[in-house]
This record gives sequence, structure tokens and C-alpha cells, in this order.
Amino acid sequence: MNHYKFRLVKDRVAFLLVHLSLTLALIPLFSVLYEVVQKGISTITIDFFISPTPTVGEKGGGAANAIQGTLITIGLASLIGIPIGLMSGVFLSEYSEHRLSIIVRFFNDVLSGIPSIIIGVFAYALIVRSIGFSVIAAAFALAIIMIPIVTRTTEEALKLVPMSIREAAIALGVPRWKTVVTIVLRSAKKAVVTGMLLSIARIAGESAPVLVTMGYWRWWFAGLDRPAANLALNVFVFAMSPFESWIALAWGSALVLILLVLGINFAVRIFTRERY
Amino acid sequence: MAPKFEIEDLNAWFGTKHVLKNINMKIEENAVTAIIGPSGCGKTTFIRCLNRMHEITPGARASGKVLFNGLDIYGDGVDPVMIRRKIGMVFQKPNPFPMMSIYDNVAAGLKLNGVKNKKIIDAAVRRSLELANLWDEVKNDLNKSGASLSGGQQQRLCIARALAVEPEVLLMDEPCSALDPIATAKIEALIRKLAENYTVVIVTHNMQQAARVSDYTAFLYLGELMEYGPTKQIFENPKHELTEKYITGKFG
Ligand SMILES: Nc1ncnc2c1ncn2[C@@H]1O[C@H](COP(=O)(O)OP(=O)(O)OP(=O)(O)O)[C@@H](O)[C@H]1O
Ligand SMILES: [Mg+2]
Repeated sequence: MNHYKFRLVKDRVAFLLVHLSLTLALIPLFSVLYEVVQKGISTITIDFFISPTPTVGEKGGGAANAIQGTLITIGLASLIGIPIGLMSGVFLSEYSEHRLSIIVRFFNDVLSGIPSIIIGVFAYALIVRSIGFSVIAAAFALAIIMIPIVTRTTEEALKLVPMSIREAAIALGVPRWKTVVTIVLRSAKKAVVTGMLLSIARIAGESAPVLVTMGYWRWWFAGLDRPAANLALNVFVFAMSPFESWIALAWGSALVLILLVLGINFAVRIFTRERY
Repeated sequence: MAPKFEIEDLNAWFGTKHVLKNINMKIEENAVTAIIGPSGCGKTTFIRCLNRMHEITPGARASGKVLFNGLDIYGDGVDPVMIRRKIGMVFQKPNPFPMMSIYDNVAAGLKLNGVKNKKIIDAAVRRSLELANLWDEVKNDLNKSGASLSGGQQQRLCIARALAVEPEVLLMDEPCSALDPIATAKIEALIRKLAENYTVVIVTHNMQQAARVSDYTAFLYLGELMEYGPTKQIFENPKHELTEKYITGKFG
């Protein structure tokens, strides 16, 4: 009986510790959310979604151009980064016996460890110096940040597909590449798409590499070879401005950015829900 | 009848490990050949050499000749993909495609090999499921996931999937090891039925099963073919002492 009581006490203590650490972990998350919602919600008017950045002294204004610019930049980055990441992931998982796979894996590991600002500087040297600050340069930098994420999640996802599934297809006389595309990728679809969405969420809020490749732009989108406005940079620039209304815009932009990332995470949740 | 396979000096390795040693045998057409032997003796490896599945394992290789309808499948310029279409395989563990419906599982081989005609596919799906004794159980659930079936049903689904592409040979690796006696009996009946039109090679650990379903039996031991002949002779009058010991369960 004593033994039993002792274990009950241990159980209680462990329970308390677990909940305590959970609370500790959630406090920063919720305080950030609370702060941003509380300060940002008043800015979120219709104007916020239809007007571009205000000029000095102008009343109102919004972040519509920043939302537009962010979506275009993320979209272009995804168009570049996702296919490359997907293909390297497939290569690493399905053709791991290939000599090149060591090199691909090495570069991928290195790439995922490079601070994003340095990737920005790299894109600056490569693209900004020839065509100037532009959406293309920013998207290129963001794509490079995406590639190792997509590569790794794709590789991990495909490795979880049992070998027996591949063998079943190969034994039916399906060529190897077709087995990979139709059977393996299809079996791992959820995890692969999850990785892609999370990589988008990851770059949505990047600011440093965007700053060095696109600079700050307060107007509407004007072409891929020109800069575009950006939510993360809105936060960065306006938060340090002297005007109340601009600081409010920073909070509003932060809120939209958080909602965007939350939305992507939510999409992941819905997408990965079991169907059978 | 001409033999379906003529195997000459077949050797197989995993890396430096020599697992099949100078196998010579002929496999008869439209008959059931059972491969028996203790665990690890090379049975799986042997049947995987017959449709060139062995080589997809990294580091695995084979040498020697395997004449299939008189053609050496290890010869120059032979496309293993074409060989595998003619020589189907059922694995030890049921492995239906998890993201596909029952219908798509059976249709997979045809669809992935470029057949588009819906009528042809429908007919092949029905014919294969009927042949595999599964049609009556699933005919109303063709759109359900293949993974939702029981183990025995999944194994019959895998058999139907292999049959749908109309192979000439069916290689089966312990197809009943995960099944109950009723499902086992169904699959054994199916194997007998298949033998009318197909050449069947079956690996089994179950001596009674080998005796019940096969026309010929091969006994493998440590990668060597110890004894091979008509099943009746192997079971009633084995030439090797080892064969007799194995069959009667005196070692293993
Ligand atoms: N992927 C592999 N890599 C290395 N060695 C292997 C591999 N697969 C099998 N082997 C070895 O090859 C030998 C033959 O294996 P095989 O799977 O053909 O045996 P088996 O007769 O089918 O056995 P069981 O009855 O247990 O299925 C064994 O010694 C095994 O350890
Ligand atoms: Mg085996």
C-alpha cells in the first residue's frame, strides 16, 4: 500500500511538471499573439486591405500593397524553390546509391545551416548587382532558403514509404521512375505537401534577406524586375517610425503576417487529416 | 512439354555474401513447383532471381543463366521491366498500395503500363478478382481503400493485382504465412486452379502445403539445391538424408 501511495505521489509530481513546462512553453506564444492581436486589430479596417502605404503626413493608408507584394514574392520563390527541393528530395531518397547523392546531401546540409542574411547577400551579389533590387532577387534568396527544407521533408517522407510498396510496383513491370512518381510520391503525398506548406510559412516572415535584395518599396507591385512592398519589412520599417499611425500599420502588418502563417499551418492540419 | 525455366549455374550474392550456389534446375510449364528449405537458405533470393527482382537490392548481384521460354533473362539487352511484366510476384507480406482503392490496386499494373481503355480495365479487374476468389467479398466496395481489407483479403488482392497484367508465371513467396486455415485453404485452391493456365512457383515453410499443392518440389539447403523432383517422390522417397530430416521436422 505504501508503495502504491509513493507511486501515486510520483505520478502527481510528474503530471504537474509536464503541465508546468507546457504552460511555460505556451506563455511566450500566447503573449505574442495577444500583443499582436490587441495592438493590430484596430488597424485592420477595410482601408488596410485596399490602400497602399501612406506618405508622410497622409492619414490612413494600408498594407494592401505589402500583402500583394508578399504574395507575389512568396509565390515566385515557391515556383523556384519547391520543384528543386522536391526533385532533390526524391533523388536523395530514391537514388541514394548514386554517386552524386553524397554531394547533393552535403550541399543541402550546408545550405540549411547558412543564416538567411548571408543567403540574401549572396543573392545581392548574384542578381541585385546586375538587375537591381527586385522581386526576382528576393524570390531567389527565399527560394534558396526553401530548398533545403523541402528537400529534407521530401526525403524523410519518401523514406517512410515501405520498400515493399516500391517492390510491388516494380514487380508489376512498372519502370523505376514511374514507380517513384506514381506510387511512392502518391503514398507520401500528405507529408510531402506538408513540408512544402511549412517551407512557405517559413519564408513568409523572412525579413533580412528581403531587405538586402528588394530594399524598401512603398508603392504597388510594378514588375518582377522592380522591388515590391513586403509585410515583414513593413513591420521592420514602421515599428521604428515616429508616427503613431505608422506604428499602428506595423502592428497591423504583423497581425496579417501571423494570420498568414497560422492559416498555412491550419491548411496543413486539414490536409493531413485522416480520410479513411 | 518444354520447361518454362531452365536455370543453369545460377549464383547470387548480397555484397560478398554468397547465398545461391550453382543452382541447376528446370521448372515445368503449367505446374506448381514448391521451394522448401530452412530459414535463410535462399528461397526468397531464388525466386527473386527468376524475375530479376534480386538486383534491385543495393549490392545484390547474380550470375549464370535463367532461360525463360528459351531466352536468357540475364542476357545482353534484355529489359528487366519487360521480364517482370511476364513474371508476376506475390510477396510474403501483403503489400497493397495504401493510397489506392481496391479497384485501383488491381488496375494499377495495367494503368501504369499505359492501358487507358476503361472497358478493358474493368473487365481485367473483375476477371482477376474472380480468379483470386475475392470478387464476391469486395464487389460492392471497389472504391474502398485496399488497406481496409483483412490480411487474407489483402493477400488475395495482391494476387489479383499480379494476375491482372496476365503474366505467364506467378512467383509466390510464402503467400499463406500470415493467414488463418480458411484463408490458406482458399489460396491453395486458387493455386491449383491457376496451375491450369499459369506456371506457379511457391515458397513455403509448410510441408503439408507443399505436398498438397505442388507437382514438383525443390529442397534448398544453405544456398544449394539439395534435391529436386516430383513432389510425390520427394515426400515419399527422398534421396538425401537431409531432405528426409527436413520434411519430417527432425531439424530446422
Ligand atoms: N537484403 C539483404 N542483404 C544482405 N543479406 C541478405 C539480404 N536478404 C537476405 N540476405 C541473406 O541471404 C540469405 C538468404 O536469404 P533469403 O531471404 O533468400 O532466405 P529464405 O530462404 O527466404 O529465408 P526465410 O525462409 O526466412 O524467408 C540469408 O542468409 C540472408 O541473411
Ligand atoms: Mg524468405
